[in-house]
Amino acid sequence: MLDAGRSSLGSVSARSVLGWVYRFILFPIGQMLVFIVGAALVLTLLSYLLALLFPEPRPNISLMTQVNRQLPGMIVSGITIGFVYAMIALGYTLVYGVLKFINFAHSEIFMFGSVVGFEVMQRLAEGGNLPGWSPVLLVAFVVLAAMLASGLLAVLIERVAYRPLRGAPRLVPLISAIGVSFFMIDVVRAFQAITRNDFNLTYPLNNLEWIRNPVKLAIGEATVNIRPTQFIVVLGAVVTLIALNYFVNGTKLGRGIRAVSQDMATAGLMGINVNRMISLTFFVGGAFGGAAGALFGMNVGTVTPFVGFIPGIKAFTAAVLGGIGNITGALLGGLTLGLIESFLNGLLVYFPVLGQRYTDVFAFSVLILILIFRPSGLLGERVDEKV
Amino acid sequence: MAANSVRQTPWTTVRATLKRPVVAGAMLIFYIVAAVVILSSLDRGNLWFPFYSTLLFPTLILSPFFVLAAPVQGWFKGVLVVVLLFVAIPYLGMRDTSYLELVIQICIFAGLALGLNIVVGFAGLLDLGYIAFFAVGAYMWAMFTSGAPTVFNINGWLVPETAFYIFIIFGIIVAAIVGILLGLPVLRLRGDYLAIVTLGFGEMIRVIANNLDQPINFTNGSQGLFDVGRPPIPFFMRDGVLTAERMLGLSITNVEPLSQQLLFYFIAIGIVAIIIMVARRLDNSPIGRAWTAIREDEVAAIAMGVPLVRMKLMAFAMGASFAGAIGVIYGAKQTFVSPESFSLIQSISILAMVIVGGMGGIRGALLGAVIVTLLNLLVLKNLSLQINALRNVDFIVPIINFRIQNWPSQLEPAKYERLIFGLLLILMMIFRPAGLLPEPRRRMELAQKKEEEAILGEGASPAADVLNDQPTVTARPDAEQA
Amino acid sequence: MQFKRSVFFLFVVVLALSVPLVGAQDAQVIKIASQSPLSGPQSVLGTSIRNAVELAIEQLSGPLTEMGYSVEFVPFDDQATPDVGVANANLLVNDAAIMAVIGHLNSGVAIPSSEVYNDNNLVMVSPANTNIAITDRGLPVVNRICGRDDTQGAAGAAFAASLEGVESVYVLHDTTAYGQGVADFFQKAAAEEGLTVLGFEGTTETANFEGVIQPILALDPDLIYFGGIYSQTGIFINQARAAGYEGLYMGPDGFDSSEFAELAGDAGVNTYYTTVAAPPTFYPAAAQFIEDYTAKFGEPPQPFAAQAYDSTGIVLAAIQSVLESGEELTREAVAAAVRATENYEGMTGTYTFDDNGDPELATYVILQVGSSDPAEWSNNAVLADFQAPSPLAAAAEATPSS
Repeated sequence: MLDAGRSSLGSVSARSVLGWVYRFILFPIGQMLVFIVGAALVLTLLSYLLALLFPEPRPNISLMTQVNRQLPGMIVSGITIGFVYAMIALGYTLVYGVLKFINFAHSEIFMFGSVVGFEVMQRLAEGGNLPGWSPVLLVAFVVLAAMLASGLLAVLIERVAYRPLRGAPRLVPLISAIGVSFFMIDVVRAFQAITRNDFNLTYPLNNLEWIRNPVKLAIGEATVNIRPTQFIVVLGAVVTLIALNYFVNGTKLGRGIRAVSQDMATAGLMGINVNRMISLTFFVGGAFGGAAGALFGMNVGTVTPFVGFIPGIKAFTAAVLGGIGNITGALLGGLTLGLIESFLNGLLVYFPVLGQRYTDVFAFSVLILILIFRPSGLLGERVDEKV
Repeated sequence: MAANSVRQTPWTTVRATLKRPVVAGAMLIFYIVAAVVILSSLDRGNLWFPFYSTLLFPTLILSPFFVLAAPVQGWFKGVLVVVLLFVAIPYLGMRDTSYLELVIQICIFAGLALGLNIVVGFAGLLDLGYIAFFAVGAYMWAMFTSGAPTVFNINGWLVPETAFYIFIIFGIIVAAIVGILLGLPVLRLRGDYLAIVTLGFGEMIRVIANNLDQPINFTNGSQGLFDVGRPPIPFFMRDGVLTAERMLGLSITNVEPLSQQLLFYFIAIGIVAIIIMVARRLDNSPIGRAWTAIREDEVAAIAMGVPLVRMKLMAFAMGASFAGAIGVIYGAKQTFVSPESFSLIQSISILAMVIVGGMGGIRGALLGAVIVTLLNLLVLKNLSLQINALRNVDFIVPIINFRIQNWPSQLEPAKYERLIFGLLLILMMIFRPAGLLPEPRRRMELAQKKEEEAILGEGASPAADVLNDQPTVTARPDAEQA
Repeated sequence: MQFKRSVFFLFVVVLALSVPLVGAQDAQVIKIASQSPLSGPQSVLGTSIRNAVELAIEQLSGPLTEMGYSVEFVPFDDQATPDVGVANANLLVNDAAIMAVIGHLNSGVAIPSSEVYNDNNLVMVSPANTNIAITDRGLPVVNRICGRDDTQGAAGAAFAASLEGVESVYVLHDTTAYGQGVADFFQKAAAEEGLTVLGFEGTTETANFEGVIQPILALDPDLIYFGGIYSQTGIFINQARAAGYEGLYMGPDGFDSSEFAELAGDAGVNTYYTTVAAPPTFYPAAAQFIEDYTAKFGEPPQPFAAQAYDSTGIVLAAIQSVLESGEELTREAVAAAVRATENYEGMTGTYTFDDNGDPELATYVILQVGSSDPAEWSNNAVLADFQAPSPLAAAAEATPSS
């Protein structure tokens, strides 16, 4: 997305509306489509190759038939979780771009978003008028609340735990971030223990009629149920990603963030308030984490204070896969990782001895392989060192 | 304590007196003896026992650090430490094995922290999957001696337990090989990329250990390896315990487990002592200097002719081998090895030990291990026990008139280990970013940063500093180069 | 230097402060410890075990109090984590007043912890651990009053095979000692019963099961068996139904918590589960217990609470018998007395331990979830119940005594 924006540093208003629409709406959507179709296509071809190599990995099971049946389902679930990863990965990448450090606490910002989403929905449900809300309004409200809460939390964390450490060696803020992560998990846990005496937080979705009816699609041998929440995740992700693209590449504040991430000292000399830009970056990254949390929570139904850990690690992997510090890379990395994982989960089952238990091993192997050949990730630029 | 005034006040007189070796030595002796005597005669039946043992035991365990820093002669320090390790702690352990257990755990984590310190502190390679090498060592011993139905358990015929000491060496070798194997593909990576890949490796080893019960049962999978062999108790250990029992007039009911624990205690401090010696030698060797060079500036190190590949692999192998040796001991001590013990959280807490203590320094790593382990295993648990004990007697806090029974059970301290641990990490990083016992070079670096910051003013400094590992001159002011 | 000296002085002050504490122990205190997860995803069950032990000590320690002893309760939180359980075990064996441990909930925690108890002759009575390795190691201090996973898995498989229209099963587990253990027994027994086992998969996922579900949808099994604990399986069942799976669900005793109903929602209704600890409502004798428990803790007891109550009762009775026999009250004596327990009349059954510490006859129950309302959990329908002997007892029966 950055690439598209680079040329648009000039004033937007001078250009035609069509150009604006292309640059900030059509181009990012096209980019996402290319990524999704590309990754899905490669994985589909690999699956069929596998099916040709091992026609019957287990007695009485034809891999070809299974691939045919599962393909749409695997792609849909891969895209859903891929977008969640991408949104979390954006938080890692934005912060990395500006401060060059891994914000390990970002997984807890994601968790916080999912818990806030639960709290908002639960409060509405306890008020008794949840079914009365229009679906779009409800989802938008919950997601926006989670975004706001998580964004503010991220700003607060930066102010308290990272800003005093700006001058320190890079491991110091990393450890502080790990500390924040531990702290956040237990604060949320203590809060839920006292207020609800509960640990598993279940979104009150059961009495929402519209959220329970999946769309059935039949493609050849395969039938795939697309749940409304999956639509919501993908739609919500696309909308927020377009908004982010516009924010970073089309607004003055976004330009400030980019300037700071390219060269903090010079940006400061040019009159940019570096601290404010860093806070803003944390807000945006945190808001994305929060949105991802709420969308994820709605999709899976139940969250806990520990829910951030696994998606956080995966999203971090995705950010590195795409090239950390690169916004487009986070999107590509997230979608790719989501799809790879979904395909591995879907197909490893058929191989005796292996099974889904090895999904993470294979996913990490892919990451390591990619990093061996491209040490800065798929889209990361090779940072040549100047001595 | 920079004495910037020469005025004579009562306080300075006291200080001067305390600095005299005789006084300092006498105080140390008094301190250790008093701590041991009080700790060993504290009574578990006492209402306030958890509270006081929480206060007292750390004072004893931390005393070597005071001894080492005290203004007394070298041989005296040595005698004190030896007496502490070979008399005081075993004696305390005979009275209460939970202290012995704690010290063994501290030794285990100290060994791990020292090993990780080589990788992260000396060579500057951020490793988030360090626990994997520990797992390799633990599985190494457990696979061959467990009573679980693994492929090595041929009708109950297992590796004899006397092989334990040889297996420590095997553990070192195998873990070092695994370290090199993992190190090879990631040599080109640096900084954060290295972090995620090592993290991945750590998880992979755990997943593989969890799943290697098929097709051939090596690790017994998630069931874990139980009934793991322990090193045989030498006759003199048992005799020693019995003699001590007679001489001290103790009544020991469980001679066998106590001798076992004591044996592990001596093995653990032996291994840690060896690790400390090796680490010190390495630090002051050409290898150690090469690591420092890599840590400080990789490009400059290459330019100066440091063999980068070999040195990085060496760091991985060294760090791994320490963890491997410690892992063998852990497996034997725990008698149960399952994948759940080797999670990412463990890797992170070992890293936290290194950093809390002071990265790059040997004393720092030790102190970090002691503090974090005590916090996790003693302080927080005892706080919970204390609250429970007070609840049992319906204690009412005076002045504020608070009934302990009204303290919600959801808020027991032991449940919030992470909260306190996290808070500690944040505060440490803000107030003492170089750790409690900073290594001199690190301290110099930090001082330099501060200066730099003062020159640049807030806001402009980060760009110059966050790139510590990848120095880019563009962002650096010329002032620093001068 | 500065830092160290100030800390040093602080420590000296601490030393001086604690001198008054040195004193002799009151020998008349007996402590019973519990170990169960009081925090984390499984805290609902763990807390209930803890509460039931507390209630049992309160209600059943009368005879000991009359003999001049006071019985105290010390709860520990093992966090469902092996390392924490072992650390707790090392701590509690050193309190000479602790005479017994009631726990754990998770077999994976109980196995390593019991090694420590065994070293120190401290008796453990488990209300909930079903893994076969718990007692098959033959440790003299380890006992349980519930059934075993081999029988439970086989009973589940036999029941699944008897269901109309069930010909194929897909087996999942949570990769823990407990879940994988019981799932493995189910899988083997199911194959023997003539069912087609379409898959045997482990997953550590706790929130997003979409990837796990895809191959299940493609294989379309008639029944999914998930060896795991409700905090994971409930979420899975909810998601699998939403993703379009229309078959049946079945699970082991890990499903048995009212929280399951909440997590699984409507998708969980009609789920079958086997258990070794029938709900308190199943036992006529437990009515009073339910009433007392609810009055004291403000919520109805969870599964395993009644078993924890009985475990405590067994321990207290054993201590009483040691004292009455005039022997010195030692841990060895208590452990021996617990193992020698014969026909202890608890509210959940009559217990006699075999030489491994298994109950000679254990009750197994198969239930079906009736409602997605957690409050209705204790009214789940009992479809079948039977008693099965422990392996040792069965072997003793098979070979007539000479």
